[in-house]
This record gives sequence, C-alpha cells and structure tokens, in this order.
Amino acid sequence: MTDTATETRSVVVEREIAFPPEKIWRALTQPHLIEEWLMKNDFRPVLGHRFNLRADWGAVDCQVQEVEPNKTLSYSWAAYGLESVVTWTLTPTSKGTRLRMEQSGFRPDQQQAYRGAKGGWPQFFAKLEQVVARIE
Amino acid sequence: MQPPHDILFKTLGDPTRRAIFERLCREGEQTVGALTADAGVSQPAVSKHLGVLKQAGLVRDRHEGRQTHYRARLGALAPLIDWTSQMAGFWQSRFDHLEDLLKRMDQ
Repeated sequence: MTDTATETRSVVVEREIAFPPEKIWRALTQPHLIEEWLMKNDFRPVLGHRFNLRADWGAVDCQVQEVEPNKTLSYSWAAYGLESVVTWTLTPTSKGTRLRMEQSGFRPDQQQAYRGAKGGWPQFFAKLEQVVARIE
Repeated sequence: MQPPHDILFKTLGDPTRRAIFERLCREGEQTVGALTADAGVSQPAVSKHLGVLKQAGLVRDRHEGRQTHYRARLGALAPLIDWTSQMAGFWQSRFDHLEDLLKRMDQ
C-alpha cells in the first residue's frame, strides 16, 4: 500500500468518569444498556460477532475485533463508503475510570470529497448538517 | 467502478430527486403516494426517482400491503461528510448519554 492509502485520521474522545471500569464495561457491552446511550443493536461481546447499530436514519455494520473484559473493546464501524474501527479503553484511576474512545480510519480523500461537495451545494449541505446535528 | 461520491453527486444532482430525498430526511418514512402529492410530478416519475435513489443506497424501501414506504439512509452520505469533526461531536454527545446512564444504573 502507498502512504496515501495508509494515511488515516482518527477521532479521540477521552473522559474521566466517576465509576469503576466494571460498571462502565456493562454499559458498553449489554445490548439494552448500549441502546440507552448509543443505538439499538444486537451486540454480543464475542470475538468476530457481527452486529448492527440502528437508528432512524440508517444502520452501521460492525464486527467485534477485540474483547478484554473491563479493559478494551474494539469493533469495526462501517457505514456506506466509510470503514473505521472504534476502540474503547478503560483505565482505572483513583476517582474512577479514564474512558477513551478512538475511532480511526478516515481517509484524507473522504475529507476532500466533503470539501468539494460543500463548495458546490452549500444549501443542500446546510440542510444536511442540520439533519445530522439533530441525529446527534 | 465510480467512486461513491460521484454516484451520490450524480444522484442528487437532479433538483426533483434531491427534493424528494430532503423531504425523506426531514419528515421520515413516506409512501410513494404521499411523496407524489407534494412533488409536483406524476407518481411514475416519483417512483423512478426513488428507484435511482435506492440504487445509490440513499433510500430504503419497505412493502406493506399494497403500499411501498421509503426512508432516507443518511449513512449513505458518509463519503460526503467530514467525518472527523462530525464524529467527534457525535461521540461527545454519546459520552454525555453514557454518563447519564451510569448515574441511573444499579451498582
């Protein structure tokens, strides 16, 4: 692979949470709890398990890649035309847990496609962004 | 094979088709009949536009009795969106929800 093909971007969100890793792990891995903070799903904490995350606007195809109870959880995250990997890392601290989420795999050309599109159709994208903002 | 965003641009380049798609984004699932009432074109024309949108992965259909319902698949727009910043906002809000849930959960 060339450098361009392997060059990816990632999103990292990290937060100190006042609960122990065991409790956070439950929220990250039990389907009825996942639904409460993320999306409807058929998740199981089993290596290789394929599952969907579903919302009104569509679905995300996922597959479990790593499960280390109370420590690490990783799954692929594929929407149309976008492949990425979401990795959760739980580190115990004196106050609770440092919870880190990294989603990696955004290619620069996806960024460029967006910019090009934005220049061409500002109105359409303004509406689109409103819709996407509402989803969140 | 065309890159995904080329297909999306081509599909959404038609104003009538784009209006149908925007309406599905705004108002959720609709029948062909309901879409036709506001589209200003005939039902066969609306059906044809929906077929093109479906091929591009932008809508999903669901049959119920004699009616076909269509809904937007916003995930199909992924190649057009700056996912780095979109997703950062998405995950920040999910962390908020997760923290709220943890407060409600039993120990």
